[in-house]
Amino acid sequence: MHDRASPLIFEQGQPGRANRYVASDATLEGYLPADAIRSDLPLPDSTELDVVRHYTRLSQRTFGIDTGFYPLGSCTMKYNPRVNDAVANLPGFKDLHPFSPDELSQGALQAMYELERSLASLFGMAAFSLNPAAGAHGELAALLIAKKYFAEHGDDARTTVIVPDTAHGTNPASASMCGFKVVSLKSDERGRVGVEALRRVLGADTAVCMMTNPNTLGLFEDHIAEITRAVHDVGGLMYYDGANANALMGIARPGDMGFDLMHLNLHKTFTIPHGGGGAGAGPLGVAQRLVDYLPTPVVRVRGAGGDGASRDENGTAFWLDYEVPKSIGPVRSFWSNFAHVVRALAYLYANGLEGLTDVSRLAVLNANYVRVKVQKFLETPYPETCRHEFVASAADLKKETGVRAVDIAKALLDRGFHAPTMYFPLIVPECLMIEPTETESKETLDSFVDALEEIVVMAKRDPQKVMNAPEHTPVARVDETRAARHPDLRWHPPASPA
Amino acid sequence: MAQPADLLFSREHEWVKVDGDSATVGITEYAQSSLGDIVYVELPKLGTEVAQFSTTGVIESVKAVSDLYTPLGGEVTEVNESLQNDPALVNREPFAGGWLFKLRLKNVSEKDNLLSPETYAQLVAEAQ
Amino acid sequence: MLDAIGVASIDELTKVPADVALRTTPDVVSALPESEIMRRFEMLASRNRAATMTSFLGAGAYRHYCPPAIMSLAMRGEFLTSYTPYQAEVSQGYLQAVYEWQTYICLLTGLEIANASVYDGATALAEGVIMALAATGRRRVLVSRTVHPNYRAVLKTYCDGLDVAIDELPLAAHGATDYSALRDALAEKTYAAVALQSPNFFGIVEAVPEEMRPELKQSGTIPIAVVAEALSLAALQTPASWGAQICVGEGQSFGVALAYGGPYVGFIACTNEHLRRIPGRLVGRTLDKNGKVAYVLTLQAREQHIRRERATSNICTNQAHCALIATIYLALMGASGLRDCAAQNLRRSHELAARVTRMGGFRMQFEAPFFNEFVLNVGSRAGDVLTALQSRGILGGLDLGRFYPELSDCILMTATETTSSQEIDALSAALKEIARVPTHA
Repeated sequence: MHDRASPLIFEQGQPGRANRYVASDATLEGYLPADAIRSDLPLPDSTELDVVRHYTRLSQRTFGIDTGFYPLGSCTMKYNPRVNDAVANLPGFKDLHPFSPDELSQGALQAMYELERSLASLFGMAAFSLNPAAGAHGELAALLIAKKYFAEHGDDARTTVIVPDTAHGTNPASASMCGFKVVSLKSDERGRVGVEALRRVLGADTAVCMMTNPNTLGLFEDHIAEITRAVHDVGGLMYYDGANANALMGIARPGDMGFDLMHLNLHKTFTIPHGGGGAGAGPLGVAQRLVDYLPTPVVRVRGAGGDGASRDENGTAFWLDYEVPKSIGPVRSFWSNFAHVVRALAYLYANGLEGLTDVSRLAVLNANYVRVKVQKFLETPYPETCRHEFVASAADLKKETGVRAVDIAKALLDRGFHAPTMYFPLIVPECLMIEPTETESKETLDSFVDALEEIVVMAKRDPQKVMNAPEHTPVARVDETRAARHPDLRWHPPASPA
Repeated sequence: MAQPADLLFSREHEWVKVDGDSATVGITEYAQSSLGDIVYVELPKLGTEVAQFSTTGVIESVKAVSDLYTPLGGEVTEVNESLQNDPALVNREPFAGGWLFKLRLKNVSEKDNLLSPETYAQLVAEAQ
Repeated sequence: MLDAIGVASIDELTKVPADVALRTTPDVVSALPESEIMRRFEMLASRNRAATMTSFLGAGAYRHYCPPAIMSLAMRGEFLTSYTPYQAEVSQGYLQAVYEWQTYICLLTGLEIANASVYDGATALAEGVIMALAATGRRRVLVSRTVHPNYRAVLKTYCDGLDVAIDELPLAAHGATDYSALRDALAEKTYAAVALQSPNFFGIVEAVPEEMRPELKQSGTIPIAVVAEALSLAALQTPASWGAQICVGEGQSFGVALAYGGPYVGFIACTNEHLRRIPGRLVGRTLDKNGKVAYVLTLQAREQHIRRERATSNICTNQAHCALIATIYLALMGASGLRDCAAQNLRRSHELAARVTRMGGFRMQFEAPFFNEFVLNVGSRAGDVLTALQSRGILGGLDLGRFYPELSDCILMTATETTSSQEIDALSAALKEIARVPTHA
């Protein structure tokens, strides 16, 4: 299957067509026994020009926020400010080895400390760990903390994690990785967690209840205070999935709602670029009673902290503490996705509290604006005020015309928009979850709504046309069945068997 | 839609053909069509003892995953090896070539807990 | 806009019940204009003096030459700001790049399948062990003490969550794993996996002895190869060649900045047999409906968004952008460049070793072949020697007493192709001075 449009890097290049990045006056045989050395290395040699062209072309076949509107619900595809990358790439950060002595890494430790303090206050938690590398990683660490907390208290009957049926898939998956049993709670007719329904599944075996607020339907869980009380009453802990934090900054805090544990997605709310699917960063927040269980190391400060910190004789104000007696231990090789810590901190500095509050307010404004317009031609199962995202359903459209959510999504691609999130949450049939974010202009929102309306009109007039989409993208719809039934996950060098 | 008359059915859309004290199990036409293109079937190991209605395997389609429950209890005596390379057989012939596994039954009277073709046909009609 | 929505102010949209209203005004950093942000961060960056000092630190994070072409490609906005390629039709570029990454990892490790990446080397080991637990149904794991201490600690964190026991293989006298202990352990047939690292944490190239490989294969214990210095894969016999079924490791050496520990990029590769258990994203090659070659995320039924609590792992995000950086690095370097680079690493580390052991009082702790790091016994407390070097502007390496109490008189020293003769001269001169000056009062 040689593709003229975009050959693989392995299908280009010629042996010996090397670039001179390092000296070539040494050989492996000079230093290692012959039987330790590998006999062949079937990697292509390509000139820098060929490599630059290859990956430049690949970038041109990739859609990013920089390209166009990206209303992916639950992903918060807001603009990634370039100043964040500029600061992260300062040599003093970029070239700092993780095993650098604390006294020679004060700038890095101060940056971590400042971010940690700001996040703790912004979300109402006693402390944050910046260690987790992603949201799911933060969830895992949080559940390990819960597990250890109960073990330390001799409470070994806590085996169950309760998760609403609207939860992100990582929630139950993380619970399983800690050996918990998962109980899925059906949402009520308002799309929320019903307090009575929750009470029926709570018990002495309840370890944690994991929730998102606003939930994945974009709705605020207005009974949250009652819910956290009910869980605490049976001795369980409340976990906050911070995927939707963009709706809340300066407006409400998970800590005030009664949550004991939470994670944030720096790559959602805090503008860390998604980079095609990572790296993210998933800081983990805890209430006071869980502070001793945080993963190691923890950034500590001697004295007042900040620029005015009192320093010891070496000038050290910040240090990494590995002796955290009840810690669950480390969750990753080193201390944090530090480059992203710097990016997020730069974003905080660009905004301050007032700016962050505006971010959330505008995110909610934009989502409601798009919602009321979309409601006119597409079913919205929960037509009330939403927060930063809302769900629409193509179920009726499917019954009427055969056109489904996936067809609408593909038709949007043809019009230069990225599709919204499809088929999640699972409780809404033919679901499209739309999150505009605060960084989009009214003009962009209007043109998106117009495009969506055009597609719905087309669906009623000529459904097949919509089902043929996309027609203006580098490839048309992909044969996923073939990909799954006959997995081809890598290229093979010609001489070896496939 | 009428279901094959010589089979019995479970609420989880499996069918079973009983022959003395052995049985053949598969999933129904409705099940395969709901799942979509099946890409992988995880079958129980030979010799495994399974209880009626317990989880016995997994069926994966491109976008979904579904637990496989056994309609009757017993010992797994055979599995359909063809599904390794051709999982699509379950889509094409759910009642014939796409059978999943065979059992030596532990307790034939467990049949009484299953649905007749008519009752199952009703269940499917209601679901649609 | 408010009119369209039918409200008088945004407050009506954002109001929350009184019982969860803000209790206090959050205290976050004060807003600054962008020009002042740069200044503030430049000030913070300048306080990281270690970033510009002569350094012989390695131990799982390596300073290698990164051709500038990497970042000019990787920082292109389409790559930087795209999301996970769930809409394949508009993500073909990224998907193809990940397919290339998967291929590179397979070619480097000698194994058949590799995923789209995981967070880092330590979590890759944890995920690899989880695969082995699922494959064998056994609940105990064997890990060599020569595996990176942070990786072992993270593995313990994950295993505590799963109530899985970890046993360690001891160190042999020459700095490699004690393989006779491995033989004894395998005979019990209770271990799901054995994790072995080469080059190991001490930089030593080790391998399962030839005569032990058949019994390793028969034991039902899955061999997991661990690689912390990915560059070594270009030089050494592949993990597949000695029987590893799973290879996990850290790809930071392939163009990813040190950045005080992250983001890095973990990789997992395995034999075909383990395909269904491999966690994380996989990119597959297929055709579109018009018969054109196309790439797509595949076998998603393994992942959390479909399988939820029965997923092979909870992992959602991979480290896509770092994997892209690594792929571009590998493309630019090519087989020739990687071999040359590995050879230069060997040259520099051996030159360093020869120079520092020339002085009395300093000797090689282990007699064994090594890659780009080695253990220097300094004849006194390593911490004191490192402090003395630090005051002379040099980061001499890692105090091994931090992780191995019996090696508190040892420093792990690393040299790469970026280490210059002048730096080696400076270190030698400093050590010579330190050796003359008593390190205790």
